[in-house]
Amino acid sequence: MSEHVTATYRVNSEGRTIAHPAHHTLLEVLREACGLTGTKHGCELGECGTCTVLIDGEPQLSCLVLAREVEGAAIDTVEGLEGRDLHPLQKTFADLGAAQCGYCTPGILMAAKALIERKPTPTRADVCEALSGNLCRCTGYIKIIEAVEWAAALCRGESGARPADASLYGVCKEKPHG
Amino acid sequence: MKKDKTHKLKLGYKGDVKEVEITLPDDEPRPFDMTSKLDIMGKRHQKVDAVMKVTGRAKYTHDMKPAGMLFGGFVRCPHAKANLQSIDMDKLAKSPGVKAVVDAETLRMPTTIRYAGQPVAALAAESRQALEEAIRNADVSYEVLPHAARVDQATAADAPQVHGNRGNVRAGRDPRQLAEVNAALNSGKLKVAEVVARTQVQTHSCLETHGTAAQWNGEHLTIWTSTQATFGVRGQLARGLGVSESNITVIGEFMGGGFGSKFGAGYWSLAAARLAKKAGAPVKIMLDRREDQTDTGNRPDSIQDMKMGVDGDGKIAAYSVSNTGTPGIGRGASVTNPMIYDIPRDMTASRRGEVATNAGGAQAFRAPGHPQGSFGLETVMDLAAEKAGIDPVEFRLRNDSNFVRQQQYKEGAKKIGWADRKKNGAATGRFRTGYGVAAAKWGGTGGPRAEVLCRITNDGSIEVRNGAQDLGVGTRTLLAVVAGEELGIDPSQIKTAIGNTNDPIGPGSGGSRTAASIAPAARQAAFLVGRELKALVAQHLNCEADDLVTKGGKVSSLTDGKKSMSFKDACRLIRQGDISAVGKRVRNWRDATYMNGVAGAQFAKVTVDCDFGIVKVDKLVALQDCGLVINRLTAEGQVFGGMIQGLSYALFEERHMDRHLGHMINSDLEMYKIAGPADMPEMEVVLYDVANGANNCSVAGIGEPTMIPTAAAIAGAVHNATGVRVTSIPMTPDKVLMALEEGGK
Repeated sequence: MSEHVTATYRVNSEGRTIAHPAHHTLLEVLREACGLTGTKHGCELGECGTCTVLIDGEPQLSCLVLAREVEGAAIDTVEGLEGRDLHPLQKTFADLGAAQCGYCTPGILMAAKALIERKPTPTRADVCEALSGNLCRCTGYIKIIEAVEWAAALCRGESGARPADASLYGVCKEKPHG
Repeated sequence: MKKDKTHKLKLGYKGDVKEVEITLPDDEPRPFDMTSKLDIMGKRHQKVDAVMKVTGRAKYTHDMKPAGMLFGGFVRCPHAKANLQSIDMDKLAKSPGVKAVVDAETLRMPTTIRYAGQPVAALAAESRQALEEAIRNADVSYEVLPHAARVDQATAADAPQVHGNRGNVRAGRDPRQLAEVNAALNSGKLKVAEVVARTQVQTHSCLETHGTAAQWNGEHLTIWTSTQATFGVRGQLARGLGVSESNITVIGEFMGGGFGSKFGAGYWSLAAARLAKKAGAPVKIMLDRREDQTDTGNRPDSIQDMKMGVDGDGKIAAYSVSNTGTPGIGRGASVTNPMIYDIPRDMTASRRGEVATNAGGAQAFRAPGHPQGSFGLETVMDLAAEKAGIDPVEFRLRNDSNFVRQQQYKEGAKKIGWADRKKNGAATGRFRTGYGVAAAKWGGTGGPRAEVLCRITNDGSIEVRNGAQDLGVGTRTLLAVVAGEELGIDPSQIKTAIGNTNDPIGPGSGGSRTAASIAPAARQAAFLVGRELKALVAQHLNCEADDLVTKGGKVSSLTDGKKSMSFKDACRLIRQGDISAVGKRVRNWRDATYMNGVAGAQFAKVTVDCDFGIVKVDKLVALQDCGLVINRLTAEGQVFGGMIQGLSYALFEERHMDRHLGHMINSDLEMYKIAGPADMPEMEVVLYDVANGANNCSVAGIGEPTMIPTAAAIAGAVHNATGVRVTSIPMTPDKVLMALEEGGK
């Protein structure tokens, strides 16, 4: 049997004391011991970004982090994003259809949250760079990028135009039949 | 008694209207056409499950953990060709923590190994660590044989045979018109373009890997699986396990990408079910990333050898094409070429062959055969246009009589800025800009079987249910939108359920069929429920039921404005419980329709860095016939997604097989590169709402056609920018530089 450890983690501002095999990654502890399956398992190779969480505010791939190493650190997952209301990122992603199958969404939301907290007015290049470790196979990034930009505007307290109506990037025009 | 009712419909697209009469049973609503005033359908609607997805509450198969669950996996052969000589199943079963093992024979897997990574045994253990240790320590011996993992190896003289002694190459048969076509091409009267185009093997690379959790409760089996076909999986498991379908429930409420690779139950589902039975505990098998990239299917590669002859009017007069594709150990590598254009059938000679290799087998992949066929065909089209001295858009206008695509070529050319396009190769300097165009055609109007249950309760609630799955494109939302349109209720107020085979049957999500199959059944179900409700209201308000409409949350008389009540109040008239009805998808109406395939065209603008051979796509424009749009938000999403996958196919993705070991070298998501956020161009989507009249919603599926022309349009733009044709995708810098060098540019 593998060695077990007991450790206390601060997940979404809540202390959780957990006994788990010493070799478990943060991804395994979150998903299996804490039951927080919002953080996704995509490759366990640090390549796809679906397991992105924030550790002390920095985006990290939880599949590459040994859980014991982050004992005591502030760990934020998608489950903690929603306060009394949805986070602006959650609102804009839902509104623009930036989640197709949705499997990459939690990781992207966390990477984006770190970006807009670090840089409240990100340029498009900033957004692309911040999300460059997150793959998406079906939605196709366009709406994701627009949703991050819109959420950043909302976080700054600006009302911000809904991008699909006045897009710089992904222009969609209605074209009624007849 | 069913009575027939005759409807006069206006079908088509502006500028090409067809008036038809259709007689339908009175339990079918009047089909939506160009005159239908739709309040809800065709507008933008947030997905009803969007909040589940952005909060992490959506549960995928990988998130399932029934109590007492074991972790399942496979012992796999590391050799590309071998005979399994022995495997110590006792030792495997006695490994620490292992609870059940199943051998290859029980899983009906061959013991002749034909590709690296083929499973030879399955096992379930109490932890992933125990599972991995048992796999590592498994005692297996193989007779290792020479392999042919690559096409060049498989087609070499005295190549190792992939399938017994069947021969690796299945050559296409020469068509009878070959001599005539060749004579025309060689006559000197036609301008002839000649080219060999090549496309690569593409893997689906779904972010959620393939996998299944299985749990027995007595004789009943519950399966959670990441699937594109809940009912298909149920049928395959029933046959594979010898269990009746009524004893199996397949659940797939959320899934993380499929693109064609998740139709079947897969050996992992059969293994999970057998292991769970043996262990007396639930078993979950999720393939890891490497297993997923090598052993769950791919888009076959292709070699397309083409000659196209153009007459003095700029019309294609003769076409010869010989295709071969490589399905690995699978079947079905055929390339769809020719397609779309008006190439005279008696002057087309096409041959299709296949080459078997010792590599993971092909599976359906978003528009099987088409993106590769499009790359080949549009390559020779552009070269033929160049030979004939005709602009590529003009050449397509002359050779494509489809009315909708004619509009799309013209509109797309304006949107991309085609007027700024210089002649091929006229650009100079390090960064050169070019423009390209390509077209798409698809079926995608769905059909039986699909049944949808609609229920309204006396508290005013509405529920719509179907057992098919959602690939993420918005199937749940579609049910709510269509029922909402019929009943005059906002979709956000409607409860929906999908992804469970205990609910009414739905299609597998392939051929862009899901929306087009389910939507008409949903509409019929809501229509039938609404009709019953109207009968109650008619009695209450003392009017005729035929005079009532359900619109804007009310049931109101068309002729007497005073006779109206809210939908909620109307539901209170339901004395006991609820009203429910099952809508059944009938076959598409063939005669009275406006259909000649689902039409699409795409345009690309690129900049090529001629010092480094890097292609940057600046802009893509997609013009896509969608039938009548159900939800504009999700329809656009489908088009964006298709274009991005096409861009990724054009520039980055390629499976590499090692010549010596016969392994896929880049079986991960780092070395198998898919497009990322920084690769995104500016994109514009124009949806063409074509009232096709094929079914009561005039809906058409668009999952697949939107990926077909992207790579070809980008290749055309690279050609225009550089003056040389890159005839092979992905158009990586090495190929671009080589083409520039060879072309003296």
